[in-house]
Amino acid sequence: MANPQWPAVEKRQHLGKPYDRLDGAIKSTGRAKYAYDVNRPGMLWARCIGSPHAAAKVVDIDGTDALAVPGVEGFWRDEGVIGKEVEYAGQIIAAIAATSEELAAEAMHRVKITYEKMEHQVVDNDISFAKGRPASRDEGDVEIALGEAATISEGHYGIAAITHCCLEAHGQVAEVRDGAMYIWPSTQNVSKYADGLNESVDSPLSDIHVDCQYMGGGFGSKFGHDKWGMIGCILAKQTGKPVKIMLERDLELMVAGNRPSAFGTVKVGLDGEGKIHAFDAQVWGTGGGGGYRPPPMPYAFTKLPNQRVAGSRIPTNRGSQRAWRAPGHPQGCLITMAALADAAAAMGMDELEVFKKNLEYTEHPETYAEELDIAAEMIGYKDKAHLRSALTDGPVKRGLGVSIHQWGGMGHPSECDVTIHPDGSVEAKIGSQDLGTATRTSITIVLAETVGLPMDAVKVKMGKNAYPVSGASGGSTTIGGVSASTRLAATNALNALLEVAAPRLGVAVDALEAAEGTIRETANPSNAMTWTEACGLLGVSPITKRGENVAGESQKMGLIDQGVGGVQIADVSVDVETGVVTINEMVAVQDCGLIVNMKTAESQVYGGLIMGVTYALFEECVYDAATGRMLNPDMEFYRLAGLYDVGNLKVHMMTGPRYDSRGVIGLGEPPVISPGAAISNAVANAIGVRVPELPLTPERVLNALGGTA
Amino acid sequence: MADEKTGPDSPGFSRRGFLKGLGVGSAGAAAAGLMPGGTAQQAAAAEEKSALLGPGETSITLNINGESKKVKVEPRVTLLDALRNRLDVTGAKKVCDRGTCGACTVLVDGQPAYACSMLAVEAEGRALTTIEGLGSPEELHPIQAAFIEHDAQQCGFCTPGFVMACAAFLKENPNPTREEVRRGLGGNLCRCGTYAGITEAVLDAAGVKGGA
Ligand code: FES
Ligand code: FES
Repeated sequence: MANPQWPAVEKRQHLGKPYDRLDGAIKSTGRAKYAYDVNRPGMLWARCIGSPHAAAKVVDIDGTDALAVPGVEGFWRDEGVIGKEVEYAGQIIAAIAATSEELAAEAMHRVKITYEKMEHQVVDNDISFAKGRPASRDEGDVEIALGEAATISEGHYGIAAITHCCLEAHGQVAEVRDGAMYIWPSTQNVSKYADGLNESVDSPLSDIHVDCQYMGGGFGSKFGHDKWGMIGCILAKQTGKPVKIMLERDLELMVAGNRPSAFGTVKVGLDGEGKIHAFDAQVWGTGGGGGYRPPPMPYAFTKLPNQRVAGSRIPTNRGSQRAWRAPGHPQGCLITMAALADAAAAMGMDELEVFKKNLEYTEHPETYAEELDIAAEMIGYKDKAHLRSALTDGPVKRGLGVSIHQWGGMGHPSECDVTIHPDGSVEAKIGSQDLGTATRTSITIVLAETVGLPMDAVKVKMGKNAYPVSGASGGSTTIGGVSASTRLAATNALNALLEVAAPRLGVAVDALEAAEGTIRETANPSNAMTWTEACGLLGVSPITKRGENVAGESQKMGLIDQGVGGVQIADVSVDVETGVVTINEMVAVQDCGLIVNMKTAESQVYGGLIMGVTYALFEECVYDAATGRMLNPDMEFYRLAGLYDVGNLKVHMMTGPRYDSRGVIGLGEPPVISPGAAISNAVANAIGVRVPELPLTPERVLNALGGTA
Repeated sequence: MADEKTGPDSPGFSRRGFLKGLGVGSAGAAAAGLMPGGTAQQAAAAEEKSALLGPGETSITLNINGESKKVKVEPRVTLLDALRNRLDVTGAKKVCDRGTCGACTVLVDGQPAYACSMLAVEAEGRALTTIEGLGSPEELHPIQAAFIEHDAQQCGFCTPGFVMACAAFLKENPNPTREEVRRGLGGNLCRCGTYAGITEAVLDAAGVKGGA
């Protein structure tokens, strides 16, 4: 009888090995069809029309002239906004569909919209714009603790709002056929994409078929069908033709989500030994017009004895925030780690030493201690480190910066069906999605491992809402969820097969295992039959069994867990004459429990580092206070790092019984949390002063050097 | 505005020159020759021809991966839109649509070019290679095999453009140093963060393991 626990390390055939992603060839040869690539016969192209004003009353939306253009076949307007107010520039209030993309782009300008302009507010870094009562937390006695501290340092820190900038814009193709709706979206949430659409398009959910095999990036911004998804379905229904609706790049950057900004002042008190005695912070920022959750602080050092944090919301006429890879964490991490490093420098101590001294206040002291030593070794910390007071010679200064981070990563609810066919083929069906995290490959590894077959002997079908419901891919919850549900489903199916095989092998079900393409007696492997022979015993009836991940139960079984720690160290050069920051090297040491696929796990960490370099050095949604508009909704001025910008990167994954025995834990978020903090600390170490806000543009660096930051 | 009558020998600011300017994503990309070269005659022919076209649709023949394809386009239609929207050749991706990201990279007479920044009518008479013509899942081009081996792709949306740029780069620089790879592939952007894998893949495909 197979049990669902993960096999012992020495018995594993596939788990933890470095496998190539299974869709690698399809993607690298351009054969993968993304939502943007779906072309249907007779398809129309839709264009969304966004408000040019950040705040205005919409008096009327008139599509008559647009509809009169030959080739324009569909028009939609937001009835709910007429007579009401738009809340940010780019807010989508109308759309048209036409027979070609060029025509749609041209005819959208014929839609007449009348506005009455109103006052807007887009400034987010000035606390005087804050509204409502600050959310605050107060533990211990901060005032007394500050009075007792040997060293007190105080600083201002901040991190601009950034956007997701998925390379595949948000959108979908929708088609009505035989009374049912077929949708090919770019989504992080296949199983639930259609939720709510049924009301908008008046079809039962069971008649809405969602299919997403490949998607070009989401990072937390593609959980729902969104307004444009609904518009696309409405236009498809209205025109009776398939409709492709993909956001143009400017709307994509303005309205499809952003990571809220965070600014703050922090006072840190250290005792004579470098132990953190007091942490006092005030933070603020914007998530657009909606809610704003202040970042978690003090970050990672959550258990500081005397801590006080007040967070305020600045409502702005900007597009609403969405989850952005590790929501809140990069902001909290930057502000906390920068403040602690500044306190260490004020005391004339090395920040790595101060971090190590205070690990007892974190949730993973042993993990961090181990990881910090490995990271320091990897980057050559001993030889390269210098105090902030002792700068390197010449106009190009060099420095190191350290940061630590944490994440949960518990597997989400997930269901999976595994079928064993009489011909020996095995197949899993699961309503999950592969965002580029190689989820498809990981599910295949778990399935093949469980039934004791080679990777190419099992098949995984995913990306459709017709398959068993699996959670949205966000918050590093997918790998735990799908690994557990697949493992449980495959174990259940295998046990049903073992029951059929047991009488033939003359032993009890409990004595059998599936391994190396056979069903065999565990204690006497020569008493065996091949997998195909065993499946042949099923006659004409395949076995299908379901597995369901219920987080608490899977955790008890040791299949999954939550709570990881990681550390990163950056080595940078800063030209003090031009203000240009160059990344020489970054190292990342990361824990994620049991590793399913070493190769793609490492890719996640490299990806996190690179996205981190991007937001540390370049990314910022720049808003114009006068017009209320985003000034850089394009890819020239909303700059992403290129290959040349990222420096040498090194990744080390924690392995061994201490980590492996915990089961599978998510990995997508953690590595993107620390880069901003590590790079900011490295720049401070290099030039001797803190550049308070990210991104670390030459202008900001020069201002800090000139004392005007 | 561009003077449509400006000839190839004139120092004037021609539309073609303007497009050429748009097509370059960074200094690194320029160094790697990211825009199609083309002879002066070709340029003159293209200008001559497009000056007589439009505004309605016109029928052109594009040579795509060695096959002639007839397609009707208005002169304003970009090569990228002609490929993706009219010929269902969707490997080249549309991301920025203005010559910044390289996701739409194809080869024009063997030189990498941003298909979003070139008109379809200009591509007539040129040999076009798209990702579909570089290799197939059954018969991978060495750079595609190296992308898989080094996991140089995550979501994969930037991948076709990157693969084309890498293939062209390797043709020009068969033995690149690590530094040359980093400088020469600045005309493509990836959001998922695959640059580490891409660098290794290019060095590996060039047979220069480790690089300089
Ligand atoms: S360069 Fe052509 S789509 Fe970005
Ligand atoms: S792999 Fe996703 S954008 Fe490059």
